[in-house]
Amino acid sequence: MNILAMDTSNQAMGVAVLKDGQPLGELSTNIKKNHSVRLMPAIDHLMREVNMTPTDLDKIVAAKGPGSYTGVRIGLMTAKSMAWSLGIPVTGVSSLEVLAWQGRFYDSYICPFFDARRGLVYTGLYRWKHGKLEAAAAERNIMMDDWLHELAATYQQVLFLGPDIQLHQERIRQRMGSKAFIPEVGTSHLANPVHLALAGQEKPADDTHALAPNYLRLAEAEAKWLQKQKDDTEND
Amino acid sequence: MNGQKDTYILGMETSCDETAAAIVKNGREIVSNVVASQIDSHKRFGGVVPEIASRHHVKQMTAVLEETFEQADMDLEDVDAVAVTEGPGLVGALLVGVNAAKGLAFAKQKPLVGVHHIAGHIYANRFQSEFEFPLLALIVSGGHTELVLMHEHGEYELIGETRDDAAGEAYDKVARVLELPYPGGPQIDRLAGEGEESIAFPRAWLEEDSYDFSFSGLKSSVINTIHNASQRGESFSKEDIAASFQASVVDVLTAKTWKAAKAYQARQVIVAGGVAANGGLRRALTAKFEGSGIPLLIPPLKLCTDNAAMIAAAGFVYYEQGKRSGWDLNANPSLSLK
Ligand SMILES: [Zn+2]
Repeated sequence: MNILAMDTSNQAMGVAVLKDGQPLGELSTNIKKNHSVRLMPAIDHLMREVNMTPTDLDKIVAAKGPGSYTGVRIGLMTAKSMAWSLGIPVTGVSSLEVLAWQGRFYDSYICPFFDARRGLVYTGLYRWKHGKLEAAAAERNIMMDDWLHELAATYQQVLFLGPDIQLHQERIRQRMGSKAFIPEVGTSHLANPVHLALAGQEKPADDTHALAPNYLRLAEAEAKWLQKQKDDTEND
Repeated sequence: MNGQKDTYILGMETSCDETAAAIVKNGREIVSNVVASQIDSHKRFGGVVPEIASRHHVKQMTAVLEETFEQADMDLEDVDAVAVTEGPGLVGALLVGVNAAKGLAFAKQKPLVGVHHIAGHIYANRFQSEFEFPLLALIVSGGHTELVLMHEHGEYELIGETRDDAAGEAYDKVARVLELPYPGGPQIDRLAGEGEESIAFPRAWLEEDSYDFSFSGLKSSVINTIHNASQRGESFSKEDIAASFQASVVDVLTAKTWKAAKAYQARQVIVAGGVAANGGLRRALTAKFEGSGIPLLIPPLKLCTDNAAMIAAAGFVYYEQGKRSGWDLNANPSLSLK
């Protein structure tokens, strides 16, 4: 079982190849550069390195967000198109879930998050149980302040993971005190493509056509339009 | 193509709000052509919302590809290359098509060819008739108003372009002020047929020797006329405004195209882009070129609007010329035509 995994949902770009559950190779960067230009050359390079051709692949896995709208689309569209062309299954994995894999040896709740600007974060809550990652709370797009308030009131120990940890760690410590555990800045806070491949390996395939980004947020125009419909009905 | 193997190009197009794929044989014969329109999703917003267009493309692309191959009764192995619109257009929308094309081309190890959207519009005419050079193309759409001269296949010389609004953009804005449903172009065309050209709106001829266009002055003049009438509580005929506005646009487009065709001794004149579907423009151009000895080609309506067959047709020329794009092909929203 050969798996190709790709993640362009946030600033870090990752590609990995897995053979029968063993990582054969991975390629990760964490720089502000165009995923659209770099993803396919990275896939091409890595596949050559591990001596594989596209027809050797049995499954494609992609990070489906949340994250950058455009970034998510680049990876997901590439994955869908490759899977459809090769006639093999494709699986989308939540980008938050992939990040939560960095906490797989932590014996309590894990809060992965991505900064979503204006005080908002994309986040969720996970926990490892018997070697399996379980969701403890639904993923959401929420004000970090409100989220920390909720976490502090409910949980005793929470591991925080996020590429934007430096933006938020002071507030996390203020709100959560000793209940918060924050690893030192480093690769722990970045999603790893091998984790993505491993997570996708276990999951059933998605419907290739229907597989859609996990944005956790409507497009602005759509949100405004829905709000207007609601206002209009209330004013009737 | 005596004794030669046929060449099949898969075309893909997502530069605006149509998700499209097509297979074209030898650059001149449409084998299959699928267009999934998003007009209904954008209607409620009164125009194309880029983010929503991009989201739709991701949901529709592989299904559109599947239908394209089903209709053609062909397999992915049977295509010789993948051609995709790399620009210009909405960047987020273009990116979906470009990355889908790269995924497919890489998976099947097929050559990849990036295509300029306008080159595609021009090549939509090659399904009707072989090109004769020098060829003059008038491209009119929501994003473009350009005069392009071609001396040979795959070579483009821009001789005139809009300095502000595209013709189609002016149509959309006027339609909005007239409170016509989206998309407004066909509505104005219809109303114009029912009205009289009773208002003398300006025509921007620009400099004597210029083939450039300008429609923002006309647009403002129309909008002011409507606003002033409503402020004074006067009623106005939407039909007459539509007829007068359209007459101004069509006059300028027709006159500049005619002048350029003469000056460059064009052996063929092609009209391309969504506004080529406009009845008023088609009639005026047809009348002008009738009996002139210069053949005028306007593609059938469904090939005027965005589609992928035209991208495959233009891509075929590049493919034959040995041009290839790398795996680093990117969307370029302001790609220029060369
Ligand atoms: Zn177009």
